[in-house]
Amino acid sequence: MLTIENLRKTYPSSDGTGFALDVPHFALGAGEQRALRGESGSGKTTFLHLIAGLLAADSGRIVVAGGDIVALPEARRDRVRAEKIGVIFQSFNLLQGYTVLENVVLGMSFGPRGPDRVYARLLLGRVGLAHRLDHFPRQLSTGQQQRVAVARALAKRPKLVLADEPTGNLDRRNAGEALALIREVCLEAAAALLIVSHDDRVLGEFGAVQDFTDLNRSAP
Amino acid sequence: MTLPLILYRSLRQHALPSLVAMASIALASGLLMTVWAVRDEAQDSFVNTTTTFDAVLGARGSKLQLVLNSIFHLESSPGNIPESDYLMIKRHPAVKTAIPIAVGDNYYGWRIVGTVPEMFTAIEYAPGRRYDLEPGGRLFGPDRKEAVVGNFVARRMRLKVGDTFHPFHGLAFNPAERHADVYTVTGILRPSNTPADRVIWIPLEGLQTMSGHDPRLAHDVSAVLIQLRAPSAGFMLDILYNRQGDRLTFAYPVGSIIADFFSKIDWFDRVLALVAYLVALVAAASVLAGIYASMSARQRDLAILRALGARRRTVFGAVLAEAACIGALGSAAGFGVYAGLFAVVASVIRGETGVVLPLAAWHPILWMAPVAMIVLCSLGGVVPALKAYRLPVAGTLAPTS
Repeated sequence: MLTIENLRKTYPSSDGTGFALDVPHFALGAGEQRALRGESGSGKTTFLHLIAGLLAADSGRIVVAGGDIVALPEARRDRVRAEKIGVIFQSFNLLQGYTVLENVVLGMSFGPRGPDRVYARLLLGRVGLAHRLDHFPRQLSTGQQQRVAVARALAKRPKLVLADEPTGNLDRRNAGEALALIREVCLEAAAALLIVSHDDRVLGEFGAVQDFTDLNRSAP
Repeated sequence: MTLPLILYRSLRQHALPSLVAMASIALASGLLMTVWAVRDEAQDSFVNTTTTFDAVLGARGSKLQLVLNSIFHLESSPGNIPESDYLMIKRHPAVKTAIPIAVGDNYYGWRIVGTVPEMFTAIEYAPGRRYDLEPGGRLFGPDRKEAVVGNFVARRMRLKVGDTFHPFHGLAFNPAERHADVYTVTGILRPSNTPADRVIWIPLEGLQTMSGHDPRLAHDVSAVLIQLRAPSAGFMLDILYNRQGDRLTFAYPVGSIIADFFSKIDWFDRVLALVAYLVALVAAASVLAGIYASMSARQRDLAILRALGARRRTVFGAVLAEAACIGALGSAAGFGVYAGLFAVVASVIRGETGVVLPLAAWHPILWMAPVAMIVLCSLGGVVPALKAYRLPVAGTLAPTS
């Protein structure tokens, strides 16, 4: 599903100094669920953004569902993301001016299937928000917002779901429920899941946990 | 469905700046439409009003003054002409109808015009339409102190059949200039939407012999309104009176004189148009400023849309479409502004001249102005749309870690 080879990216870090990402190899099978352990500032968000095509790599290969996105122009990377990759952000990144249902509908609107309100309602029912369709994100609890983000990421029926600290803004109980939900719906949708986190409780739920510093040759 | 949803939500989220921009667009579009429509409709309506008569004969002076005074009941009279001149042109073989009028009195500022009954029985003020009286009224007797009141005056002064009044001397109202004569209202004209609605009509002889008027001028008239048998006769009479003679003025053709008048005040139209153009530009700039100023608030939403798979051109198009949408909605509201402004201007023109401007008349500006505003607004949206196009998605969404 996902294969990365000799991926390199240099970019300015938050402290103003240059930072390099150098991943010689990484692979994730179809339907596989993997967790990456990484501390803040280790480059794991940049790693996910590169896989999602939100950032352009300097060199190397990122093969998603058979296609190398590094070789693609930005517009084509956008299309790959719209068709095959769902992203769950730490801060959820919900559209505050849109209802819950509209947020999920927009998650599938830019892909080949287009908007499907019926499927969006189904997904929201699956994550327990059938009664909150017309609410706005600010009217929801943090845990409910996270569920909307999960439903939105899965709305396009992605082959790969990327989750960046998905429980970082949740309390212990909600974090456990959210993680279980993400894993369940990814399994149901046969989507591969790659989670990056520094939370040992999250990482403990996964059999396969990889340390991001081991993955990145440029790590200090 | 996606683009309308994005447009709707974006307009809702930025409702205040959007409404301010729409209001300025509505004002600009309404102004543009009003300036052009009023100008052209006014010119058409004034020229059409003059089609009742082909020419006006009056004292030596300005043709425009003569036409304005005798047909539109504006301006002062250039002077009187002897009865013999009236009789001479009345008997001229080229003249079909000659209606004498005499002016010089008023009733609380409303003009009193002396004329002959043929003004109401022989003249069509529009094709197939003669002046008519409200039920219960009759024309004045030619030798009686009776009056037929124009509909507009009757409503304003609440005059009805059977009422009596004292005329006042002069064209402007002066309480000290009241005539001793008492006139009785015998009829109210039905609305004709012509300057006749703003006049109190009395017999020609009545005005000529009004108490206090100079008895030596008792048979003079102020002007003669003329219908010709053939248009070519007008040029012959023009030579006769204007080139060979030096006492009288033959205003012909009346329509051209009014058209010339409008061309002389064309500079005023251009000033109005310039103001309207500037308002339109300011309105378009307000759209640019409104969207651009809210771009920092929109950046996160646009970046999220990009993260969901929207392409650069999609967010560029969304911002551009929002600007065009503001232009379209503002232009739609501009029709309301246009209707309001036009109604006010038309009401003023009707009150001052009796000429009615038709609001429902089609004018090309009614589609040109909205389209121009939408194009201008779209151009105003290009800069913020480019900013959206260049938005760094990853950096906007989350700090690197």
